[in-house]
Amino acid sequence: MNAPVSVDGVRQSLASFRSERERDWKAFEELIARAEKRSPKALTDEELLSLPVLYRSTLSALSVARATSLDNGLIAYLESLSLRGYFYLYGARRGLIERIADFFVHDWPSAIRDLWRETLASVALMVLGFVAGFRLVAFDKTWYDAIIPADLAGGRGPDASVEWLRQGLYDGGGGYLSTFAAYLFTHNVQVSILAFALGFALAVPTVLLILMNGCILGAMFYVFWSKGLVYEFGGWLFIHGSTELFAICIAGAAGMRIGTRIAFPGSLSRIKAAAKAGRVAASAMVGVAMMLMAAGLLEGFGRQLITSDGLRYLIGGSFLALWLAYFYLVQADTGDEKT
Amino acid sequence: MARSRHREAASRLRSLVTPEGVDLGVVLADAGTRAGAFLLDAFFIMIAGFLISLVALFGLGGLGIDSREPIAVVWIVLVFFLRNAYFLAFEARRGARTLGKRIMGLRVASRDGSGLAIDQVIARNLMREIEVFLPLSMLLARAGTGVADTLTTMFGAAWALGFALFPLFNRDRMRIGDLLAGTWVIEVPKRTLAEDLTQRSDSIIRAFRFTPEQLDVYGIAELHKLEEILRGDNDAALSTVAKAIGDKIGVPYGDDRARPFLIAYHGELRAYLERKLLLGKRRINKHDA
Repeated sequence: MNAPVSVDGVRQSLASFRSERERDWKAFEELIARAEKRSPKALTDEELLSLPVLYRSTLSALSVARATSLDNGLIAYLESLSLRGYFYLYGARRGLIERIADFFVHDWPSAIRDLWRETLASVALMVLGFVAGFRLVAFDKTWYDAIIPADLAGGRGPDASVEWLRQGLYDGGGGYLSTFAAYLFTHNVQVSILAFALGFALAVPTVLLILMNGCILGAMFYVFWSKGLVYEFGGWLFIHGSTELFAICIAGAAGMRIGTRIAFPGSLSRIKAAAKAGRVAASAMVGVAMMLMAAGLLEGFGRQLITSDGLRYLIGGSFLALWLAYFYLVQADTGDEKT
Repeated sequence: MARSRHREAASRLRSLVTPEGVDLGVVLADAGTRAGAFLLDAFFIMIAGFLISLVALFGLGGLGIDSREPIAVVWIVLVFFLRNAYFLAFEARRGARTLGKRIMGLRVASRDGSGLAIDQVIARNLMREIEVFLPLSMLLARAGTGVADTLTTMFGAAWALGFALFPLFNRDRMRIGDLLAGTWVIEVPKRTLAEDLTQRSDSIIRAFRFTPEQLDVYGIAELHKLEEILRGDNDAALSTVAKAIGDKIGVPYGDDRARPFLIAYHGELRAYLERKLLLGKRRINKHDA
């Protein structure tokens, strides 16, 4: 047969493969460790340029070692080093601050734009709930107690006096209204998180939640309408409600997106479709959290300090215009199309 | 037990092909490690929250403001932001891991192998809010006001449990958040280059010589087992293995020379099998002809 390869010869060549390349691996390991610990700025230009070269040489050493060596310690080391290099070189290329800026300029508005169909459906559902709640209470006052939880109503039932209701709308500072506002904020945050999360169950709970929320609104609206306080109540609600209700609608839209994509994944697998919908929905939800914060501030400070109806409408309206312009009108041109 | 652990690790191996065409092979983190990392993170957040509230309490007290209600409100909002900012800020960085994950040697990675995008980090961490903190806070709030009826408590517990156990019921050990974000959590151990065992040599080791028949007894699986034993420091296991091998190949090595004997045998066996590998024969184990 062919010339025999001596055992010692193999041992010798593998030992020299290792000893000759070891210096490169060590250098690569040291660079990666330094770059991981601090930032890429900790490296000089020369070192930065050498990173991909060292990475590729480590990767090729791994291939050679897998094919020829039976030293598990060596292969495990090269695998872990290559993996670290891979994540460093092909991982996130941008710093935290840039990525946050990216989110505001690009991710957030584009996620909301992407959800426009669901958002419309969500708004329609809320309006539907509103009308239903209004009609139900108008039809029979006992519906009010059924629709509105007792702790949310805070005594503002159909039987409350006009004076008392009016006082509630303007008397910001003390009294039950401040605790009511705090309650409402947590309530709304919970509603929007639930609307998003329950989208999982094929969006059915989300739809019900949005309908119910509209219902509560409609029922309360009727109480003030029947007492002739519509304009005043509208101002009281609109100053923060334009932001808040919009945010809840978007949360519902995010939930619906996940639910419908799980139900009808199209050409993707269900898991992939869920992942794709989840990323869009999550970006929208961070936006929702920020909108609810803004609404909370408007509610906590704006409504307590501003008691003029016209001004309340103006502020609520301009916030709505601001959101709409930010989401739908202004489109940052980033050049590259993200998927 | 060792074998079942091996099989378990193999079931967590997933392929990750780099653009250069090399399959690096990533190992998914197991549920226990992830739970450990999460508990560490929760602990860090609690410490931070505690420190901040101490400062707030004494700071406001020093200013002569005594109103417990605003502090409570601030605290609730702060803790909400603290925990979210903690997870987001750490995982959005290059390392893609929180302190707890770092300690446990884990990181978050995109399932399709691309770089981790910020919306993925957001998605997986927002869902945690729903998986863990929402039922928890609802339960606490209800328990605090004394209106926690059994039904709500049970519902909350079932909800939380369902989410907590979800990673155990899918192949890729994903949370709901991972599922929605298209991520998974993998092990990234930091390894140092172990010494080349075959380079260890002294007169005692060199004194052992083996015939091809003696080297033909074992295959690659046994070689790797032997390497594991030699790199470990379990002397009892070492002498047991030395005795088994010595009996099998008929080499009397002397009881005080178990380690040199095994080092010598390992070195020769590896070179012998590597030579076969070079000639195109990968002998998987001792049953492989």
